[in-house]
Amino acid sequence: MSDHAADDTVPEVDESRRKFLIAATAGTGAVGAVLTAVPFVASWNPSESARAAGLPTEVDLSKIEPGQMATFFWRKQQIYVVKRTPEMLASLSAHDPQLKDPTSEKSEQPQYAKNDSRALKPDVLVLIGTCTHLGCLPKTRFTPGDASVMANWPGGFFCPCHGSKFDLAGRVFQGSPASVNLKIPPYSFEGDNKLVIGVDATSKGVA
Amino acid sequence: MSATMDKSAGGFRAWLNKRLPVDQFMADQLTGYYAPKNFNVWYFFGSLALLVFVMQIVTGIFITMHFKPGEATAFNSVEYLRREVPYGWLLQYMHAVGASFFFIVVYLHMARAFLYGSYKGPRELLWVFGMLIYLALMAEAFMGYVLPYGNMSYWGAQVIINLFGTIPGIGPDLVEWIRGDYGIGDATLTRFFSLHVIALPFILALLILLHLVALRQVGSNNPDGIEIKENPGADGHPKDGIPFHPYYTLKDIVGVGLFLTFFAIVVFFIPTFGGLFMEAPNFEPANPSSTPEHIAPVWYFTPYYAILRAVPDQKLGALLMALSVAVFLFMPWIDRAKNKSVRYRGITSKILLGVFFVTFLMLMWLGLKPADGIYVLLARIFTVLYFGFFIALFFVSKWDGNGPVPDRVTYNAH
Repeated sequence: MSDHAADDTVPEVDESRRKFLIAATAGTGAVGAVLTAVPFVASWNPSESARAAGLPTEVDLSKIEPGQMATFFWRKQQIYVVKRTPEMLASLSAHDPQLKDPTSEKSEQPQYAKNDSRALKPDVLVLIGTCTHLGCLPKTRFTPGDASVMANWPGGFFCPCHGSKFDLAGRVFQGSPASVNLKIPPYSFEGDNKLVIGVDATSKGVA
Repeated sequence: MSATMDKSAGGFRAWLNKRLPVDQFMADQLTGYYAPKNFNVWYFFGSLALLVFVMQIVTGIFITMHFKPGEATAFNSVEYLRREVPYGWLLQYMHAVGASFFFIVVYLHMARAFLYGSYKGPRELLWVFGMLIYLALMAEAFMGYVLPYGNMSYWGAQVIINLFGTIPGIGPDLVEWIRGDYGIGDATLTRFFSLHVIALPFILALLILLHLVALRQVGSNNPDGIEIKENPGADGHPKDGIPFHPYYTLKDIVGVGLFLTFFAIVVFFIPTFGGLFMEAPNFEPANPSSTPEHIAPVWYFTPYYAILRAVPDQKLGALLMALSVAVFLFMPWIDRAKNKSVRYRGITSKILLGVFFVTFLMLMWLGLKPADGIYVLLARIFTVLYFGFFIALFFVSKWDGNGPVPDRVTYNAH
């Protein structure tokens, strides 16, 4: 039998001890809650099979005529491959002042494509066909002088969604809502006519 | 039914009330809740919003029984629902048209708050909960639009998800995290399905409950914007108040009847509403290699979309778009007038509010138009007017709207 009389005497509360214990309990609980959230948040990242599906895409260049474009998929993204003619390449140098980023300083591309023609081989242009504004597919407007795009149009790409304009190296024109040039994926060549999208000398097969 | 019922009486009702406070709840929340007696047509839209919410839940439950989320199955399962399930077409149209009617009702409900200053103290939190409902509703509607996986679903999702890519630093990783893949696909659809049918309806129901609890705490505003609680009668109830039940429950039933008539006309005769409620490209399956010539979101998002496109800089455009929605949260503090209702404000305030309503509708129209030529110029003008309204209101409300107001609400007995 317990002594009820003893229970009635309330011991003095140590406020600072109580405060410390409340803070420590709440703090530990909060840390636990945050750590528990990690797997839930991480489960939204691309799965292993989604990553594996990002394997390189091989392209037979002999099937693309000079001056034409073919499209391929790599990592669920549309890839534009253009065989540029000498005239197309010559047109690139004439409109640098009209571009937002003529030397591609702010844009995303592998180091080997950060040059005047934005390509490993000048005659083969490889682009991710996703408008850098909000992700629509820019359409081809290769005919120079097409006044429906803009005055003195040198030929290039026009995005129908929000009106961004790019030249034949995927460089964005001023007055476009997009602020950087079209992205260039990593790629390399095996022989003269085989293009491999997703693999380059630096990635060594890891896409 | 009333609070004065003798609870000592026996029978099932007494048995029940001892265990579940049914009569007490009725007395506190319905028969004993006094609302201003001068409500007008603008006060239909709160209860109508609740009606549409319930309707969306019910049609949604039945659609979920046939819908198969996934790149290969989503579009076909919606077509199957429309063509082969008995009355499946009706379920699908009720749900799709219901989404648009939800926004019509919510926009009118918000316009009411702008007219009569219902967001002002002591109703700040009531307004904030309402705005959180609006935000959750936008997320719910967006994901619902992606699920059937038509071509506009795909490209609309592409544009909206890429908006998150404009956030400095974390943008590109965030976009990949939202999609769960390098592009929109199975992973995106299945998570949107989960959020659309479980997470967001739960959050919406919780926010609606908080909205109603806050409403019961502060009481309804009214077209005169004066506090009826400050003028109590001998029985302690406001002189200008009448019990919510039966007076306003009966009034709301009239609104429900009218609403369902309009709703049925649209569902049965013009479900796509000329491409406004359901867009033509969405009757084709998603095609990652073909962007529709002209991407426009559904009409209820277009005011903000017009603002996004009006700005020539990508990051600034996305920022202004986010700001154009977020600014509503701060209305209780932007509007500094003493009087709530536009009835007791000066001509400057009246014109200002009128210009804002026109601006919102113009942006809504411009967001549906292609982004070229005169439309871009107009979108820029109205974007300036849109933000100009909030800035002007902050200053105008300080001096225009402090005049005398009546002691009692304006009311003509019918």
